[in-house]
Amino acid sequence: MSTTRRKIMSNALGMAFAALTSTILTLPAVAQNATQALSSESVIETIKKEGVIRIGLSIFSPWSMRDINGELIGFELDVGRALAKDMGVDVEFLPTAWDGIIPQLMSGNFDVIISGMSITPARNLTVNFSNPYAYSGLTVLANTAMTAGFALKDYNSADVTFAARRGATPATVIATLFPEATLLLFDEDGAATQEVLNGNAHATMGAEPTPSIEARRYADTLSVPFDQTFLATGEGFALRKGDPDALNFFNNWIAVRHANGWLKERNDYWFKGNDWESQVTQ
Amino acid sequence: MKPAARPITLKRALNTTSVALTLYAVIVVAIGWVSYTGAQQMGYNWQWYQVPKYIYSFTEDGFQPGEIITGLWATIILSACSFALAAILGLGVALLRLSGLLVGKAVAIGYLEFIRNIPLLVLLYLFYYVLGPVFGFDRWTAAVLTLSVFHSALISEIFRAGINSVASGQWEAATSIGMTRMQTYNYIILPQSIRFMLPPLTGEVVHLIKSSAIVSVIAVAELTTIGRNIISETYMSFEIWFTIAAVYLALTLALSFGVSAIERRFPAESQ
Repeated sequence: MSTTRRKIMSNALGMAFAALTSTILTLPAVAQNATQALSSESVIETIKKEGVIRIGLSIFSPWSMRDINGELIGFELDVGRALAKDMGVDVEFLPTAWDGIIPQLMSGNFDVIISGMSITPARNLTVNFSNPYAYSGLTVLANTAMTAGFALKDYNSADVTFAARRGATPATVIATLFPEATLLLFDEDGAATQEVLNGNAHATMGAEPTPSIEARRYADTLSVPFDQTFLATGEGFALRKGDPDALNFFNNWIAVRHANGWLKERNDYWFKGNDWESQVTQ
Repeated sequence: MKPAARPITLKRALNTTSVALTLYAVIVVAIGWVSYTGAQQMGYNWQWYQVPKYIYSFTEDGFQPGEIITGLWATIILSACSFALAAILGLGVALLRLSGLLVGKAVAIGYLEFIRNIPLLVLLYLFYYVLGPVFGFDRWTAAVLTLSVFHSALISEIFRAGINSVASGQWEAATSIGMTRMQTYNYIILPQSIRFMLPPLTGEVVHLIKSSAIVSVIAVAELTTIGRNIISETYMSFEIWFTIAAVYLALTLALSFGVSAIERRFPAESQ
């Protein structure tokens, strides 16, 4: 072969060899990039890099409310601050209107929603949910005098009258749990509670914390006789889809906080007691 | 010689039996067709087949009335009790007003104006939520009291008009033969005034049956309450409300026909 042709051929062979080895050697690196990309795109990384976790919530007593100084206090605030402390970052709360909260999460205005959001299939189609960190189910609110000494099964008798709002979830739950009892249906929750107050009905049911609040307000007449909650589907953190690292982190954080009893203690403080009421009202 | 034939006007042509019947049939069919096609085009899933089980059912125990029939019976009892009490109260108020006593007149007029100017729903809430705990009314008593008090105001005016329409000569004749006021009322005036009072009283009974629907807000188990409860479970608003309206219509029509039969025994024209 002539010199030029040999040079061309060796150059071409060399380049082919270089291309081949570089591809083979970088194949594992390409594979690694997919995993790295997923982790680095996770919101956990964003939070760590920026040093602040931005939490979206909606004002709803006692999940989150403003105290007399205008500061945010409530169950969600405690959860958010504990989460930030465990992550080693600052926390920023962004109060939002409820109907806009999921769209704002999707557009990236905040990293996670911690706002007492019930886990429902319809929402799950748009966002991912962590495991539940609270269960605010329905409890029984009863007229203390009329139901003295009643066990749960005593409520299921034809002499017992329940009051409920027509078409609301408590009405269906009462019909399922206490089918023998008489059920009176009213237009508003207030009318149903008034029946129990006046002694025209034995009990009603409602989503916590309303029954506990009413029982404290009318302590002589009303009481929540059972600690047991019904139909507690659970509330979870809402986060953007496609983020397995964040989902794993939040689930485990919640599991740890459940296991050491901190979540229950905070839940009882805000929902079952009213020591905090002096901070929100004069 | 025969008189000239009466000219055929449009009005007389339309009044002939054949033309009138055909025209009526055409209008009824047109209304029915428009309603039917409108209903079909709504895209609503009509479930009329689900309605009969609320009216009646045949179980091992035989014929069982459905919830709607139970509600209808409750409405009938409620309306009957309320009307009886309203008639007694109304008669008392009317007699007070006609008694000639200044005190009687003042009390009657005060009662009338107070009751007539309060909406029925507000009166119901007053009786059930305000007076109920004070006097210990249960929801049924509060419902009967509200309906009777509300309609007694209207009925007392009917009684007053009926009594006033008896010719004054009857009063003079009664006093001239030495009857007391009470005897005059009992034997002369009230029997004669019934024929003037029956038509408006029928209207008042129908009015009372219709306004009894309002007690559904305090969960008395009558026809409208049953309808609302069924709808909150099944969401069949159109079918159930049409059925309930038809039941009310059947009840009031039966009542009107019954009272027309009674009216024929008390002819309105004076002899």
